[in-house]
Amino acid sequence: MVQELHRLKETPSQTAGPYVHIGLTPNYCDIRGVYDGDLGTAMVNDQTLGERITVRGRILDGADTLVRDAIAEIWQADSAGLYNSPSEMRGTADPNFTGWGRCPTNAEDGYFQFETIKPGKVPFKDGRLMAPHITLWIVARGINIGLHTRIYFSDEAEANAIDPLLLRIEHRQRVETMVAQKDGSTYTLDIHLQGPKETVFLDI
Amino acid sequence: MSANSNQRPETGGFFARDRAWHAPALTPEYKTSILRSPQRALLSLDGTISEITGPVFGHSMIGELDNDLIHNYARPGESAIGERIIVHGRVLDERGQPVRGALLEFWQANAGGRYRHKKETYLAAIDPNFGGCGRAITDDDGRYAFRTVKPGPYPWPNGVNDWRPAHIHFSVFGHGFAQRLITQMYFEGDPMIWKCPIVNTIPDRRAIEQLIAPLDWGQTIPMDARAYKFDIVLRGRRSTLFENRLEGN
Ligand SMILES: [Fe+2]
Repeated sequence: MVQELHRLKETPSQTAGPYVHIGLTPNYCDIRGVYDGDLGTAMVNDQTLGERITVRGRILDGADTLVRDAIAEIWQADSAGLYNSPSEMRGTADPNFTGWGRCPTNAEDGYFQFETIKPGKVPFKDGRLMAPHITLWIVARGINIGLHTRIYFSDEAEANAIDPLLLRIEHRQRVETMVAQKDGSTYTLDIHLQGPKETVFLDI
Repeated sequence: MSANSNQRPETGGFFARDRAWHAPALTPEYKTSILRSPQRALLSLDGTISEITGPVFGHSMIGELDNDLIHNYARPGESAIGERIIVHGRVLDERGQPVRGALLEFWQANAGGRYRHKKETYLAAIDPNFGGCGRAITDDDGRYAFRTVKPGPYPWPNGVNDWRPAHIHFSVFGHGFAQRLITQMYFEGDPMIWKCPIVNTIPDRRAIEQLIAPLDWGQTIPMDARAYKFDIVLRGRRSTLFENRLEGN
């Protein structure tokens, strides 16, 4: 016999189901008066520093059908590359930027959309800078455990080319599944849950 | 506030997720997963600062009735119909450490098994005094509690005659975005648990049992509400001893 490690097992994930809006965005599904507003709807205010951008995307299933009952959450650094989190030890993030957003995919056109700012670069574990990116997490009916991926930016081709995470993608044509295309101040990305254009999802 | 509150925030990476403990993405008995499951290998790598960090939610955002589903949607002086219960427990990490300041959001059907949602078609009645959502933030010991009515089981279109056992959905934020978790809580003694295709997406019976809350007779309030205990475990994180420090750390 050896000593016990006394480790617990992580609680198993279960699907968010079709009624996830009741719990996460009750005002969106017309349950009014319980909370003042839905969490994660406003990431910026008038004083937030940085370049204002819109990030939007759709989620498509293996038959290229829109997933209209998902919830997307994003998490990102501020314009200086600092996270608004107690675990951020490198400095103090912009107090006028939450860094976190939550949005259901729209029941009509299937888009999630965030009004945010372009994040600065943050370091990989070895000190190399990663290209600017947004962390994306998706849950929905039919998804047993939330899917993690990232949103990179098409106008950061140079930084993307040396990004330590993107460099780990063996099949190079799949890199573009994580790169949102810029049009004016809007970046757009389709997330494919499966099929030839399947998004690179992360176990991270 | 306990001494814990003065501790330095932790910055270590999270333990790798034991994917065999969770449901796989593709679980054909749960039909919706067939077209919504990634088929390629996940790209696995140790968390970076983008996943080690995460948003925090202050106790100040929690309203007085947020953790009382019996009253938070009810008309003044009225309350939701159903078996009154307290659900309480702790949020811990895999090291057994309490996760303080964790935001829990929960949602559920009413006592008849009916959700307040426009896509819901079950013929059970809506309860005008029941919304079905609540939230709480854990204290310094990782504890949370809320009051609600026991949700009813309900049928759903999957197989011809599939029913969900009574359950409450939970969404949990820990300290890092990599800990983000959504799960469901079931009730001790419910024979329908083992018939449910969504429960049975989880391959290991011990993992399923981790989702079943026992009746907690000690915490039951006499002449008022029975209690169920539901502890939640989030991914643990390494201590940063001997790890490469991020610049400025
Ligand atoms: Fe449910």
